[in-house]
Amino acid sequence: MIWTTALQLAVRALWRNKVRALLTALGVIIGVGSVITMLAVGAGAQERIARQLENLGSNNLMLRSGSSLRGGVRTGAGSNTSLTRADAEAIRSLPGVLAVSPTVRTGAQALYRGSNWGTIVEGVTPDYLKTRSWGLESGEFFSERQVAAAVDVCVLGRTVVRELFGLVNPVGEIVILKGLACRVLGVLAEKGAGNWGNDQDDIILAPLTTVQRKFMGISHVDRIEVQAAGKAAAASAYKEIQRLLRARHRLQEGKANDFRIYNRAELASSAEESASVFAWLLGSIASVSLLVGGIGIMNIMLVSVTERTREIGIRMALGARRRDILWQFLLEALVLSGIGGLVGVALGIAAALTLGSFSEFEIRIAPWSVALAFSFAAMIGVFFGLHPARKASGLQPIEALRYE
Amino acid sequence: MSAGTPVIRLRGVHKTYAQDRVEVHALRGIDLTVAAGEFVAIMGASGSGKSTLMHILGCLDVPGDGDYWLNGQAVRQLDSDALAAIRNRDIGFVFQNFNLLARTSALDNVEMPLVYAGVGKAERQRRARAELERMGLGERLLHHPSQLSGGQQQRVALARALVTRPALLLADEPTGNLDSATSREILALFAQLNRHEGLTIVLITHEADIAAHAGRQLHMRDGRLED
Repeated sequence: MIWTTALQLAVRALWRNKVRALLTALGVIIGVGSVITMLAVGAGAQERIARQLENLGSNNLMLRSGSSLRGGVRTGAGSNTSLTRADAEAIRSLPGVLAVSPTVRTGAQALYRGSNWGTIVEGVTPDYLKTRSWGLESGEFFSERQVAAAVDVCVLGRTVVRELFGLVNPVGEIVILKGLACRVLGVLAEKGAGNWGNDQDDIILAPLTTVQRKFMGISHVDRIEVQAAGKAAAASAYKEIQRLLRARHRLQEGKANDFRIYNRAELASSAEESASVFAWLLGSIASVSLLVGGIGIMNIMLVSVTERTREIGIRMALGARRRDILWQFLLEALVLSGIGGLVGVALGIAAALTLGSFSEFEIRIAPWSVALAFSFAAMIGVFFGLHPARKASGLQPIEALRYE
Repeated sequence: MSAGTPVIRLRGVHKTYAQDRVEVHALRGIDLTVAAGEFVAIMGASGSGKSTLMHILGCLDVPGDGDYWLNGQAVRQLDSDALAAIRNRDIGFVFQNFNLLARTSALDNVEMPLVYAGVGKAERQRRARAELERMGLGERLLHHPSQLSGGQQQRVALARALVTRPALLLADEPTGNLDSATSREILALFAQLNRHEGLTIVLITHEADIAAHAGRQLHMRDGRLED
């Protein structure tokens, strides 16, 4: 039999039962549509996490001072004062380390003319911009020399600028921090919300030494952020830093570290992994509905074979071979699932875009997910169409002809 | 087909089938030769085995024992594809209940055997149209079976049977569902096709006056043929 004729025959047979065909295809339409939508939501979430990790600096190691034990009382992490700027300088000379940024933080009320704003002052060194992958919007950052000299200068986050200055350009103006007049050198680029919804732009950066000595009266640092050349370098630096700091802090064998060290690369890969599990979970839940759609096709094709037993007998009497009958019914199932798949793709993309514009979900429709959903639908057509088609082609011509 | 080769030659054909676990011996040694251009009627009561014989003659079923040559070709060795090809090419069927496809135009019904013969669409339509016009249905090409009278439906079925130019027309009670006037009309058409075109016809019926139109009458009783 000729292909185009066979296809025409299939379409015509389906057209005779329009409503039934539509309802059957609906199962596939919903299945394909939901697979595409769910994969788009999953991929969007994955992309969002990847971007956030990039912001965080995924090849970074973070050091905090550890807990201390005083008279049996164990204080929390960061409560002792073991880490110093000298530690940071020592780490800087390790191989595979690109940047080292020691920091201290304190809360402060910032004053500018008539207005004031409560925010966080972070004492940092110029490497801070590298480890946080952050940049300046205007002005300039303070230099190593200014840090060494503990100069009274600062760089403002976007939120602080908005709250204190409004539309005035803050560069060159004087802000009062804890009674100290600090000249504004620059403004940080907008960074947006952090992982836990905190406003990362609500911050004032000042030279590390200035904050340590003039604001807080301390000589240790809270954290040291280390940027490594890559994931492998981060892993080796992780060990090297432990060895180095244990030596510098003169910790004896068997004694616990007096600092904590975290590998962000590991955090990143586990977060990425959970995001991809989430994406696949959504996709596989949706594919269950596609499977149900396939069962719908099989159901209706079985009914159709029974209804058309006599037609099958007539066709066989007039010279249809078994494979002609097989293809006739298989093609009907394929046309159903194929058209259902196409409409489902269109509907799925539309649903994903609608979801993206009306909700907080980030949406990313990957071409491969569309191809996957459609080929899954086609496979379902073959798989669930084959049994009814074989049943039809296996009929005996005489019995099929006699069937009432 | 060389001259003198009979269209049908059956020798010692037996057929047994199981019905509700009871063995039914439907054919008990049939010998039959039908020469090209003959018009043969096979008569018999229901249960005499004439339907089984019809199925075997039409290659819808194969003999359980014995041999069947159609146009000199032994049917027993053929597989289901080859039997389908024979039904398509060499045999035309006409049934008591017409067996037209419902909700399908007369033209599409007649085209159907040509579809399975692999004939292209334009050629199919041309030949189906010509065949329907020959049956006097040129005005009803696009009518569905439900829009046609019994006689018209049977003529569509006849056009469908003859569109592949078969050597043999098998008619199973072709007038069983028609009134007497229409029956005569159809039988006249048979006689005309037999006489003017040399079409070999085997007609199965249980009515003697229908069988009387044929050149040769055979009787079936309990799975055997009698003259």
